[in-house]
Amino acid sequence: MKVIPSQRLLEISNLHKWFGENEVLKGVTLNVDRSEVICIIGKSGSGKSTLLRCINGLEIFQSGEILVKDKPVKCNDAVALRALRQGVGVVFQSFNLFPTMTAGKNVMLAPKLVKHKTIFECHEIAKKLLKQVGLEDKFDSYPNELSGGQQQRVAIARALAMNPEIILCDEITSALDPELVGEVLRVIEDLAKDGVTLILVTHEMHFAKKVSDRVIFMHNGKVHEMGHPNEIFSSPQTQELKIFLSMTESIQ
Amino acid sequence: MGRASVFIWSDEVLRGIMDEFSSWDVLRNLLLSVPWTLLLSVIAFIGGTAIGLLLLVLRIWKPATAGWFISWYVQLFQGTPLLMQLFLTYFGLGIIGIDTTPLMAATLCLSLYSSAYLTETWHGCVVSIPRGQWDASASLALSLNEQLRHVIFPQALRLSIPPTVGLVVQIIKNTSLASIIGFIELTRTGQIITNITLSPFFVYGTVALIYFVICLSCSTLGRSLERKFSFQQ
Amino acid sequence: MSKFDFSSVLIAWPLFIDGLWLTCLLTIVSSVLGTILGIICAWIIVNGNKITKLFLQSYVEIFRNTPFIIQIFFIYFGLASIGLKMDAISASLVGLTLNLGAYACEICRAGLMATPRGQIEAAESLALARWQVFLYVMVPPALARVWPALVSQLVIMMLATSVCSQISAEELSYEASFIAGNTFRNFESFVIVTAAYLVLAIFERKLLLWAGPRFLFGQMKF
Repeated sequence: MKVIPSQRLLEISNLHKWFGENEVLKGVTLNVDRSEVICIIGKSGSGKSTLLRCINGLEIFQSGEILVKDKPVKCNDAVALRALRQGVGVVFQSFNLFPTMTAGKNVMLAPKLVKHKTIFECHEIAKKLLKQVGLEDKFDSYPNELSGGQQQRVAIARALAMNPEIILCDEITSALDPELVGEVLRVIEDLAKDGVTLILVTHEMHFAKKVSDRVIFMHNGKVHEMGHPNEIFSSPQTQELKIFLSMTESIQ
Repeated sequence: MGRASVFIWSDEVLRGIMDEFSSWDVLRNLLLSVPWTLLLSVIAFIGGTAIGLLLLVLRIWKPATAGWFISWYVQLFQGTPLLMQLFLTYFGLGIIGIDTTPLMAATLCLSLYSSAYLTETWHGCVVSIPRGQWDASASLALSLNEQLRHVIFPQALRLSIPPTVGLVVQIIKNTSLASIIGFIELTRTGQIITNITLSPFFVYGTVALIYFVICLSCSTLGRSLERKFSFQQ
Repeated sequence: MSKFDFSSVLIAWPLFIDGLWLTCLLTIVSSVLGTILGIICAWIIVNGNKITKLFLQSYVEIFRNTPFIIQIFFIYFGLASIGLKMDAISASLVGLTLNLGAYACEICRAGLMATPRGQIEAAESLALARWQVFLYVMVPPALARVWPALVSQLVIMMLATSVCSQISAEELSYEASFIAGNTFRNFESFVIVTAAYLVLAIFERKLLLWAGPRFLFGQMKF
């Protein structure tokens, strides 16, 4: 009997988070289904990255609930967090590749240590994934020998190695020189086409318009507006979104 | 005075009062030897500073000629055991024909040993001052002398306080090896008293405690010195 | 120069080799054990509970603020007098390991605390357990960061083995004193041994600086 995987992968209900006295998330409610590509936009300080980091437990939230595949995120339970993180991959703005390991070893590390696969299996997985991101000849290169764009693509392969069901991308092109942004976005686009569930915090509006199923505009710690990219970018409803789009357009 | 101490602590005299050697007696006699440890430390530090500063200035003035000699000098003292250096100084002085006491040999050797570490540390502090400071002061038409005196050394001095304090603590600990060539300081006294009381656990434990208090006080003093200097920005 | 007679000392070269062998043995064993001890202590001080933290910090301060000769006197003579007897070599190893452990702890702690937060987050996001994050992601770069300082300390420990001669461990310095006593050639005996130590120190430093990046941690440029 085939088990049908659940459709609703992520459910965030009325999430509140404080940094000391400062309330950063003021009641966020959001659902994400399988194979959806969600882009979260908003100005800095709106809580976008904090929201993303709450999903896999890197930030502790004080009230509300996050359900990943119907299991609640328990920030204090190390065992539960480890189980959660096997299904949720993260790509960071500053790549965070492990500097004393080659690209291949970076990708091989988690399957070996967490899923206890054999070295041979891990090697094959790493080779396949580096090929997928276009870096098969960089298997034995160290991170300091790679460009920013190449490092980020290795980071994506590293996240994919655990075969997660959701991948969170936290401004993954913001630290890159402009000419390197394209190669990373192409990889993400391919992932989207393959049906990977993606949640991206991004400033790349053109990309968001092109690739996402839904765009979420965050303002002051809440989901301010949400909709199909065509609606959001062409006909913004709220004043704040209009101002934000005009500011970003003048930059782009 | 060193020789007089040897007489006072001779075994016959002490065996006579062996039975009445209480814990307080142990502590009192150990503490009486502390001034010798401190004396040797101070002389070694002063000697080390004098030689070390000389070498430092030499290295800055004539980096080409003095440079390799000083690095060999430092390599020699940092790459050989202090114990061997003490023996070589003690027996070496004798061969030259100088009638030497343990105190003399220990002071000479420890001064040279400390000078190597001190000059290396201080040179590191001077070198770590950003190139920009040299450029700026040179652009103001200062001579090398003036550059060093008004711009470089004051900054290097502040940087050098933590490692120098560390080296002072090292000097104090190193005086313990002077016991092996016969100088009567805290460690040697500890050995003598252990032979009398046959309680090495208590005696060496107390000796360790005394060194600990001395060294920790130095480190604490050093930290407050550090704070005072950084306050005078 | 006719005062010096090296040949009567050099005849005893097998004894020198014996001493050299023990010096190398003491150095290698205590270096490995002391470094591991230092890393574990650094981990506990950064992450452990208050009581163990205090205990280990006291251990580190005690061993860094007392002379090594007193430490081995205490271990060899002091502990024996309360029932814990060990031979000279074991006492030397215990003393050297504990001493190096204290210094290595401070050195490695500095290296570990300089780990960028992002590295740890990336490792945790890959579902690695805490000990796996420590061992595979934090320790190698930390070692790379502090390697020169750690190597200096390891060379210092090798030179410190000479003090073990004072509890009759028959390493190089002990043999030097022994031969000096028998041949009445103090100066020559100690000159030869000092030269041997110098060669050892230079060799050890070069070897460790070369081997560290090759075998212990990958290349890492700053």
